[in-house]
Amino acid sequence: MTAVIESCKLGKRYHSMWALSDCTLSIPSGHVVGLVGPNGAGKSTLLNIATGLLAPTTGTIEVLGTPPAARPAELSRVGFVAQDAPVYTALTVAEHLRVGARLNPRWDARLAHARIERLGLNLKQKAGTLSGGQRAQLALTLAIGKRPELLILDEPVARLDPLARREFLGELMEAVAEQDLSVLMSSHLVSDLERVCDYLIVLVVSRVCVAGPVEELLATHHLLSGPRRDPDQMPPGLRVISASHTGRQSTLLVRTSGQILDPAWTVSQVTLEDLALAYMKQAAIRQLEVQR
Amino acid sequence: MIEFRLDGRSGVAPYLQLIHQVRHALRLGLLREGDQLPKVKDVAAGLAINPNTVLKAYRELEYEGLAAARPGIGTFVTGTLDGGSLAAHGPLRRDLQRWLAKARRAGLDDESIEALFASTFRSASEEGIA
Repeated sequence: MTAVIESCKLGKRYHSMWALSDCTLSIPSGHVVGLVGPNGAGKSTLLNIATGLLAPTTGTIEVLGTPPAARPAELSRVGFVAQDAPVYTALTVAEHLRVGARLNPRWDARLAHARIERLGLNLKQKAGTLSGGQRAQLALTLAIGKRPELLILDEPVARLDPLARREFLGELMEAVAEQDLSVLMSSHLVSDLERVCDYLIVLVVSRVCVAGPVEELLATHHLLSGPRRDPDQMPPGLRVISASHTGRQSTLLVRTSGQILDPAWTVSQVTLEDLALAYMKQAAIRQLEVQR
Repeated sequence: MIEFRLDGRSGVAPYLQLIHQVRHALRLGLLREGDQLPKVKDVAAGLAINPNTVLKAYRELEYEGLAAARPGIGTFVTGTLDGGSLAAHGPLRRDLQRWLAKARRAGLDDESIEALFASTFRSASEEGIA
């Protein structure tokens, strides 16, 4: 399977601050990839590098097999919805569709118009007067209408109410089902992505903590609870991601490809949210240790 | 056609929830041989879930011999799970309704009725095994 994004030791520095460092990724095509991390982790930086809007300070990146936005032909293969779904406030919905047709060689007018009709958007309405949910849907329509092979979305649902969020993700999933489309979308909330993404990347303090297919991640992480135990004394092949203790009890989130055989542990399934939070917590603790 | 729903708090993987709902509908005769299952794209759009989740559920149903995909058209039910007992459902349901009315008259609330049914069901199955 070819990679939609392949990066090696990618880094971006703003003055003395590294917004992204040592980012090595290989994302296979045909996935809906969730890029999760707290605010300021470097998600937007990574997405802006992938779309060619920013140049990396170090390392290399290839998007669909070429450097990002290398030629106009490459630009048309990637759709991008930036944070807050920017639209031209003074232009009408119909004018947006005309701009889309003018700027994109592979523009699918039938698809774009059908979506606008289904969403019930008024073609004559100025984009500035649309609701947040409608604006996001318009931006998504423009990005999908260009028939990209890869669609990149930066925090697409962060500002939407729950209903608009569900409708937006529903529309996005329909596009994934209908077209041969890979998606890379960021969010600071795992719960937004839990049902839609099948590949997860957790990014914290400018570094990738974990990346992989969701099914594989859920199968190799377990939540253990049992009598108090030193997390450093766990059997080999078992990595402790997060640990919390009370006087008598320990609760650990561990990663292992084997089975948990020790009968002292009660083993339960992790959710994607537990898993991402555990990695974020681990990264935050390490960051504190470095600062000391 | 059935409509799927997802319980986000159940802890059961979404693809398994879809499979359970198809099996449930087959048992109750809500789905019959030849019926079409909802289109992958419609389920993905309606529930806002990854289409691969729906595909995985349908593949599993195919593997169990309960459904078959017709390329370009959709996925159709090819098996039954009622074990030919569907005709008996009506009288059994009426018996249960009479029993439920009796339980209500005796002052049992929903939770007590469920608990009594579950514990009786369990002990009866255990006796069946022994």
